[in-house]
Amino acid sequence: MVMTTARYHIDELWKMMENVCDPEVPVLSVLDLGIIRDIKIYEDEVVEVVITPTYTGCPAMDMIAANIRMELMANGIQQVNIKTILSPAWTTEWMSEEGRDKLKEYGIAPPLPKQQVCRTDLFSDEAIACPKCNSYHTKRVSEFGSTACKALYQCLDCLEPFDYFKCH
Amino acid sequence: MKNNHLLEYTLHLADNALIIGHRNSEWCGHGPVLEQDIAITNIALDHIGQARHFYQYASQLIGNGTTEDTLAYLRTEREFRNCLLVEQPNGDWAHTILRQFLFSNYQSVLYSGLMNSNDEQIAAICNKGLKEVTYHLRWSSEWVIRLGDGTDESHLRMEDAISRLWPYTGELFIPSDFEDFACKNNTGVDLAALKQPWENKVREIFDEAGLNIPHPGFSQSGGKQGLHTEYMGYILAEHQYMQRTYPQSQW
Repeated sequence: MVMTTARYHIDELWKMMENVCDPEVPVLSVLDLGIIRDIKIYEDEVVEVVITPTYTGCPAMDMIAANIRMELMANGIQQVNIKTILSPAWTTEWMSEEGRDKLKEYGIAPPLPKQQVCRTDLFSDEAIACPKCNSYHTKRVSEFGSTACKALYQCLDCLEPFDYFKCH
Repeated sequence: MKNNHLLEYTLHLADNALIIGHRNSEWCGHGPVLEQDIAITNIALDHIGQARHFYQYASQLIGNGTTEDTLAYLRTEREFRNCLLVEQPNGDWAHTILRQFLFSNYQSVLYSGLMNSNDEQIAAICNKGLKEVTYHLRWSSEWVIRLGDGTDESHLRMEDAISRLWPYTGELFIPSDFEDFACKNNTGVDLAALKQPWENKVREIFDEAGLNIPHPGFSQSGGKQGLHTEYMGYILAEHQYMQRTYPQSQW
């Protein structure tokens, strides 16, 4: 496998991806989210970026693909292929530790580890900590929030309403 | 597997998701409370996302410049392969909730099986979609219980929705030609084997909601063959209006 373009080493291409953010959660880069699955270089100058969608219907994916292309082009790479793959399916477990910290700081409760969520019990709330005061005395307002990846919660101690990035 | 059967099967999966997504999107701005308005439109988005993946795959199978958009916007009513349940009108909140519960329950057992499809793309789409379907099933189950076990009025409305929608559930488990082919080729699943787990779930939720499963009776069918209820034409009239009136318009 080729590791360099005429101008860049593949590590530099990965580094560029730190500048591409999720348009709906702008504190997270595409690397924090874990949606870049691979970067390949063909014939010294063609860069292929393999991405996977977070949620099936996430409308931000088109913009994310466009932003990846723009970032590479801004660095002088002319030939960019964005390839979308669905398998293996994206999971919140791929979100980086740094990403989780950034989410919390931004006021969104980060996803719990997967084994705590994929349950089907009815009327059960996950114990989610308030991103402002860290209290677990919180309640789910709605399983669906402002974007496909979030649920609405409220802290019953500090009364802050907040988004929770759902486990997936 | 013959390519046209695989194509029809893929379109069937896509059309089911698109049409229930379209129906749910009609609630946008009309939900009973803000949080549930957001919930039902989120669910619509998930379904339309599933539909897009299936249409993209179908357009690859067809080639010749076919795209997900031409499949969604430029086919006629007779060419749609969705089951009749998904095209039924929203009615009141009880009708919409029950339709979602019956369909999400079906999608849950179907996608669980299709995760093992020998068609890699169908398996990947279902593997991914199942995560969201699990949310839809949990959400709609809770609402069936809430309404069935709620007030006299909400209970009555659930009963009304059951008598209205139940005759459309039989079709889900009656295989069409392309589903038979898909099953034989291990691309699809045996629909008959899905019925029992589907019904077990309905019984579990209905029991808790204080609702009864109707006695077996006449089933409406025909959607998978392109013979739809009168509602389908109106859905497409709205859904396809822009592309029909201003061909190839984009924004």
